[in-house]
Amino acid sequence: MFTLFKDTLVSQVVTLWKVFAKILVKADTVQYPEEQPYMFPRWRGRIILSRDPDGEERCVACNLCAVACPVDCIALQKTEDEEGRWYPEFFRINFSRCIMCGFCEEACPTNAIQLTPDFEMAEYVRQDMVWEKEDLLISGTGKYHDYSFYNVCGKKIGGKDKGEAQNEAVPVNVRSLLP
Amino acid sequence: MAKIVIDGVDYEVNPDNNLLQECLSQGLDLPYFCWHPCMGSVGACRQCAVIQYRDEDDDKGMLVMACMTPPTDGMIISIEDEQAKSFRSNVIESLMISHPHDCPVCEEGGECHLQDMTLMSGHNYRRYDKEKVTHRNQYLGPFIGHEMNRCITCYRCVRYYDDYAGGTDLSAQASHHHVYFGRHEEGVLESEFSGNLVEVCPTGVFTDRTFSENYTRKWDLQTAPSICTGCAVGCNTTPGERYGTLRRITNRYNSDVNGYFLCDRGRFGYGYSSSDQRFADPLQRKNETAEIMDDSAVQSMLDGFSSENTSVTTIGIGSPRASTEANYALRCLVGADNFFSGMSDEEFESANLILQLNKDKAFHSPSIREIEQADAILIVGEDVTNTAPRIALALRQSVRNKAMELADQSRIPRWQDAAVRELAQHDRSPLSILSGYKTRLDDVADDEIIDSIPRLASFAQAIAGSLSGKAEQIQVEDGQVAAVEKIAEQLKSAKRPLVIAGSSQGAELIKAAANIARALGESRADGAIDLCLLTPEVNSMGMAMLSTEENSLGAALEKLRSGEASKVVIVENDLYRRAPHGLVDEALEKAEQCLVIDQLPTATTAKADFVLPCTAFAEQESSYINYEGRAQLSFQVHRNHARAKSSWQWLSAATEEGIESLMHDCADAVPGLAKLCEILPDKSQFVGGMKVPRQSHRYSGRTAMKSHLGVHEPKQAVDSQSVMSFSMEGISSQKDASILASSWSPQWNSNQSISKFQSEVNGELKQGHTGKLVMERNAEGAYLEVSVSEDSSAELQLSRAHQIFGSDELSSRSSVIKQRMVGSYLGISEEDARSKRIRQGDSIAIVGVEASLSACIRSSIKNGSAVIYCDETMDSHSLPRSINISKSNNEVQTGIKGLIISDLMDEDN
Repeated sequence: MFTLFKDTLVSQVVTLWKVFAKILVKADTVQYPEEQPYMFPRWRGRIILSRDPDGEERCVACNLCAVACPVDCIALQKTEDEEGRWYPEFFRINFSRCIMCGFCEEACPTNAIQLTPDFEMAEYVRQDMVWEKEDLLISGTGKYHDYSFYNVCGKKIGGKDKGEAQNEAVPVNVRSLLP
Repeated sequence: MAKIVIDGVDYEVNPDNNLLQECLSQGLDLPYFCWHPCMGSVGACRQCAVIQYRDEDDDKGMLVMACMTPPTDGMIISIEDEQAKSFRSNVIESLMISHPHDCPVCEEGGECHLQDMTLMSGHNYRRYDKEKVTHRNQYLGPFIGHEMNRCITCYRCVRYYDDYAGGTDLSAQASHHHVYFGRHEEGVLESEFSGNLVEVCPTGVFTDRTFSENYTRKWDLQTAPSICTGCAVGCNTTPGERYGTLRRITNRYNSDVNGYFLCDRGRFGYGYSSSDQRFADPLQRKNETAEIMDDSAVQSMLDGFSSENTSVTTIGIGSPRASTEANYALRCLVGADNFFSGMSDEEFESANLILQLNKDKAFHSPSIREIEQADAILIVGEDVTNTAPRIALALRQSVRNKAMELADQSRIPRWQDAAVRELAQHDRSPLSILSGYKTRLDDVADDEIIDSIPRLASFAQAIAGSLSGKAEQIQVEDGQVAAVEKIAEQLKSAKRPLVIAGSSQGAELIKAAANIARALGESRADGAIDLCLLTPEVNSMGMAMLSTEENSLGAALEKLRSGEASKVVIVENDLYRRAPHGLVDEALEKAEQCLVIDQLPTATTAKADFVLPCTAFAEQESSYINYEGRAQLSFQVHRNHARAKSSWQWLSAATEEGIESLMHDCADAVPGLAKLCEILPDKSQFVGGMKVPRQSHRYSGRTAMKSHLGVHEPKQAVDSQSVMSFSMEGISSQKDASILASSWSPQWNSNQSISKFQSEVNGELKQGHTGKLVMERNAEGAYLEVSVSEDSSAELQLSRAHQIFGSDELSSRSSVIKQRMVGSYLGISEEDARSKRIRQGDSIAIVGVEASLSACIRSSIKNGSAVIYCDETMDSHSLPRSINISKSNNEVQTGIKGLIISDLMDEDN
């Protein structure tokens, strides 16, 4: 008898009390879309390609994002400018396959590919879920402001000669016998 | 066999090899850099350190370098010992000190031996934060890229390039941590084998420039085992495809054929397959325009050519560059009597002679592995470096057998590379070359006899006469008798002599070479003599086996000219490269209907009424028969997305059953090809019908590659005709190394992973090799009559030169190979040039022949003889055997800039 009383009446009263207690608490939900929620910077939403602090494309077309992608929804092709800088000839993400896992961002050695707090990606036509480089590339640095891959890489590119990257000595003169 | 204990486990190893090689043969993971199975040990990188214990009671042991230690019976070592491990990780940390942060922008990334070894050694954090040494790069030509910062100074590049391949223009420069590997000045790497630097370099210092232009990571390439179609050697390759185009060719290990190395023609000459000139649709010529044909029109056109449906005679002209199946399908369509060889008449005569000699039991046709074992070599008239380049690389190894013999005598292990070279100095096994001009092998040659072709034939006959004791055959100038005797003696006293000849200078020299080998065989009691007879193209041998001796190209053209045949089907052949242009013109004009099946537009397709597009080598499954009579199967790498089909699919009705039924038919119908089917993969080994994947298990971008065309992904392509699939699914290659799509093993992403597929390092692949010698040797032969008459109607006796870049029809259509090609030239002696007032590079006219050539004055050429190289535009088959020349005012188009020969006269001196 006591058990029945405890399991039913007490439980219901407690439940009601908990529900009514929330009436006075500020709601977590917002009136989306009229009201926009605060999105955390590390939210894994729409993928972008960023630029380095000098405004050049950060992506060097190394293919690591593509190989890390568990659903294989990234395809790209490397090309090179006259002075040796690598960049993608095309860079395509099929967002209809993307699961926003963020592995691509984690794999990216140049901080080029980043996931952003934007989640509003619905489309009426599925083909529009396929994004090319023009759609992905933004004009800023994204979340990481200072990193420029070519400043730590040994490869010579336009505007950065051999020996001009971080922690690099001037190029060796092979004709010298001095130590 | 020696019994050794590695980390408490007993192993039986070969005491003739070093400990590192034996550890790898046992499947153990031991990091290394400077050692290479073909190049031996120098102990430079200190990466393969292991602990060796004195006996069972010894618990301390001492560090030894595995690559410099011979395994001895009862040896106890440890790879896993903490001290050895920390030593290796410290060594790689110091090797990596100046290695740049380049992996994302490095072509080697993902298949880098340095990446693999760094991980394997456990160096995963860079403590060094001081300045890195940097270097400036060099331009090394259109094939090889240079990024010197990445170097870890293992010295493999110079050891390969200089010591193994005989190059002279790559060297180690500067000292201490400034060591630099490059040329003395920027410029094209001269060696014909420079491409192997890409695979020999453990990191990304030397990279493939053609690959970098269309770069794709190794795991993204769709690959299949393939055969190089550049020459008659038939090297095994792994072409890689991505997004519908061929991206690169890498070496595929075959213990008997190419081993670890390819030549540059084979590695870089694939660009034609992605040329935008390729035929995409079946075409019909109507007046001056070409119209695209639909499938039904193609079918009714083909029916019109079939021998069953037509009363007029249709002849078929095959091709030595087409597969056995393409030629056989054509033979079936027109009937064996109407099937003609697509080789030039001289080449066909030589090919038939070679075929006959390849059936002779007095001789043995050596594989490249066997050529490397020869200890006295005679080359009769063939410029091996330019006609079968991979064999030239093998010959550079065979001359080292003297060094190996000296090492054995001094009880120095053969793998002690530096010690063996130090010991031997310039002692080499004898290599004698009879040639019309100085060849690229002259730096390792003992004797080089340079003369006109008829005189070389009589010189070769004299050697045969000396060997067989028939003094009447020795009809040479008095000064040459000593040379004849010397070469004969060298061949006689060798353990494994080798005679090489080829079809490039005509049949007489082949006959003379066969006579030498026969005389040599009679003077010895130890079985068949190695006689290596080189045919010019990938399937010359198969072509010769399929056609009868009377059915030469000349006979075919005559049949068309006389009206005896009115329809002709030409498969993958440009007749203008094979016969005098006038004859071809006349024959094709007379033909009522001409069907040409080919990949690229040629002079012949321009004359055709119908053109059907055919697939390139990587787009079809096919077999080829190499110079030794070895049939090898080449798998399809990728699909052709245009309407191209392989030639046999156009010509044969049974396209649904695939290549297999055609090969079985061919084996039954053609005498001598009975063993052809033995190269087909054994289907019983594929459990549950599972196929071998062409794509790696890391193949990326599958749901995005084609999504710009349509977001709804198409079904994965099904290959119903092959044991391979166009997907990632199936049994991995590791289960069957005979279908090795791409060499990969856990922790071994680079090409060095091949050791995991070998029964022992540098030995056979675990499942055996993939080729099959089809030739039966049971015929008795006799000495052949050699004609040594000179054509003295004109003043210069002509011999033919070939170029590794240019002489092969298809590779010379690749843009990167074009950069290394030279125009037609005529090599003449200094005196002849002076008497005609011709200077280096001048334009020359040949009397009675319409052509303008560059003069190439060579210091070693005999007065009164000349060497001619004809590019594809020249009507080379109408040239007489001797010519008169004069200086001409015509401008030469390409010239001889970039020609790499050692005896080019420098007029400034």
